[in-house]
Amino acid sequence: MALPIHASRLERIWHYTYLTICALIFLFLIAPILIIIPLSFNAEPYFTFTEKMLSFDPTGYSMRWYDTLLTLGMTNPEAPRNAAWWADAWANSTWIRAAKNSVIIGFFSTILATALGTLAALGLSRPEMPFRRTVMAVLISPMIVPIIITATGLFFFYSKTGLAGSYVGIIMAHATLGIPFVIITVTATLVGFDQSLNRAAANLGANPATSFFKITMPLILPGVVSGALFAFVTSFDEVVVVLFVAAHDQQTIPRQMWAGIREQISPAILAVATILVVVSIGLLTAVELLRRRSERMRGLSPG
Amino acid sequence: MADMTATSPGAAPQGLQTADGRPLKAALAASQARAKRRAFYLVAPLLAFVLLTFVLPIGQLLSRSVSDPRFIENVDRSSGEVTPIMVELRDWFKANPPGTEPDEAAYQALAQGLAQLAELRGQGDVGTRINYEAPGTRSLFTKTARRADDLEAPFKEAILDVDEDWADPVLWQAMRDASSRYTINFYLAALDMTRDVDGNIVNVPEDRQVYLLLFKRTAILSVLITVTTLVLGFPVAYLLATLPLRYSNLLMILVLLPFWTSLLVRTTSWMVLLQSQGVVNDLLVWAGIIGDDGRIQMIYNQMGTVIAMTHILLPFTVLPLYSVMRPIKPSYVRAARSLGATSWTAFRRVYLPQTVPGIGAGALLVFILAVGYYITPALVGGSSGQLISNLIAFHMQNSLNWSLAAALASLLLAGVLVLYWLYDRLVGIDNLKLG
Repeated sequence: MALPIHASRLERIWHYTYLTICALIFLFLIAPILIIIPLSFNAEPYFTFTEKMLSFDPTGYSMRWYDTLLTLGMTNPEAPRNAAWWADAWANSTWIRAAKNSVIIGFFSTILATALGTLAALGLSRPEMPFRRTVMAVLISPMIVPIIITATGLFFFYSKTGLAGSYVGIIMAHATLGIPFVIITVTATLVGFDQSLNRAAANLGANPATSFFKITMPLILPGVVSGALFAFVTSFDEVVVVLFVAAHDQQTIPRQMWAGIREQISPAILAVATILVVVSIGLLTAVELLRRRSERMRGLSPG
Repeated sequence: MADMTATSPGAAPQGLQTADGRPLKAALAASQARAKRRAFYLVAPLLAFVLLTFVLPIGQLLSRSVSDPRFIENVDRSSGEVTPIMVELRDWFKANPPGTEPDEAAYQALAQGLAQLAELRGQGDVGTRINYEAPGTRSLFTKTARRADDLEAPFKEAILDVDEDWADPVLWQAMRDASSRYTINFYLAALDMTRDVDGNIVNVPEDRQVYLLLFKRTAILSVLITVTTLVLGFPVAYLLATLPLRYSNLLMILVLLPFWTSLLVRTTSWMVLLQSQGVVNDLLVWAGIIGDDGRIQMIYNQMGTVIAMTHILLPFTVLPLYSVMRPIKPSYVRAARSLGATSWTAFRRVYLPQTVPGIGAGALLVFILAVGYYITPALVGGSSGQLISNLIAFHMQNSLNWSLAAALASLLLAGVLVLYWLYDRLVGIDNLKLG
């Protein structure tokens, strides 16, 4: 990208203009995500920087919105903050309950999506798989079909089968939405997989299960884990299906946020958003590390 | 591969054989079939699961879009028991062609039906069902069913005594339409069409057209968003593709972090930024570009939808563009320059054509995702920035006209599937990359 010495004056001007444009686009991408972090520490119920915040006056900042996340829904939020208070928060706080639900649903749907998706990806990446393209298109379609259509279909289906308002129903729906991500990441990992390793294992007397767990699994594990992380994020961020098929008391974090944004948006939402941004930074780091590990491992294997 | 010579002319009369005496050709076919079955067995559990939790529900949606049997059967809310209703009236419709003036027999059948409804407490459902086809008629059913016991022959007079609107031919046409189990009327409604009193398909008066307008708006806004993401995504992808890997990997984080951040979080931050008392307006006022009373309304309108969705979908353009641009060798452009092309010509005639696959893949993907967007327009779109998905949600949750919602959803689905097929043909679904 460095500018050659022979570049004309016009080219120089354009080069720096171009870099500025790129910087602005990066700012457009990242600023909205970072801006909510300081705003969530606002002492006032406003969505913009107050005078005090701009002059870095400590009284302009507070943790009150994070505190609301704990106290909202508690039976006795005014009590002294001892073990009983924390037990009360753990049991009754609206946001903590939503978080628990989200984690439970996310965990099981991730397990389901990852197990089924990895198995299917193994089949799909075999050259002899019949109707490969069609099957792949069907399995990826939950990612492409608008979520409102999926949710509407599930609403009709679940109200007939009695799955509406049940955890099983939501977990199955979220697993379906996460499956495309697992398939895409695992098949991408399998593209670089050297099939002769499995043949060598079989040649040395390993049965298919042994060669899968000892040879294939360790090599594709980074892809499987990042697929699982994608599936978890999909479930953890999903609100439309939950709105359509969940019971009233089955609150999840996105559903609670949705309600909060639609009814009366308070900076408490920004506190949740900040926590979620921190979570996604963690997940992104994990996926990046996994990707590099996978590349390193594939770089070692011949072919 | 020696075993491929089975059919070669030099083979023995009965062909080559395996060690256990089977013809080699058959053995190979059997082993290939086995390999095929094995591959399929690996996929089968997931395929079954997706058929159950995804394809079947979509099938239900399609069947719902052509059927709303609330005029034909009453479902008891507590026991779920199904009772056929309006039997006599439906028989009358079968016996008489469309456009027949309802006679005494028709009114008698109607009175019998209403009496049964009063017993089942089902007049509200029936009224709602007919109301979809002939707006403003729901109260007729509730009002008349309440007095169904007092109705006596001659029924025509008695019913018209309760309300003269019962003579309306539009209402009778609506009941006739609703008396068949399957109907395309919801699709007609979704396309701003209706049936006149003789059963002919006509356009809805222009001032009451809603859906075509919304389909059109969805398409226009999606194209706008696609173009904006391309305009913003191209320079960034180019920069990432031409920088050395250790810098581009760092900058890539700025693209991937929004991708990993919750959709609701990103939408919320745009609400915070774009509000009239929000950060962007404050900055503009502070910089003196606008006055304090001239704050720009950037949210709860189409502008809000376009800005927020561009931000949310931008990574979907950058990633495919990047993966196409990375392998392009800089020597091509250098060769063009050394042959006398200006840098603009070299870019336009040598570099740009090589990025077309990436542009196509990114644009198509963003467009597909944009037409079905729901959450962001619902939160930042106000009333002018709503897309077709929001209307589907409205009919599912507020107006409760589920069949119309299903018909709208089916039309949207058809459009998306065509685009998806196109994407698979042009780009290939296996080339979809995530980060």
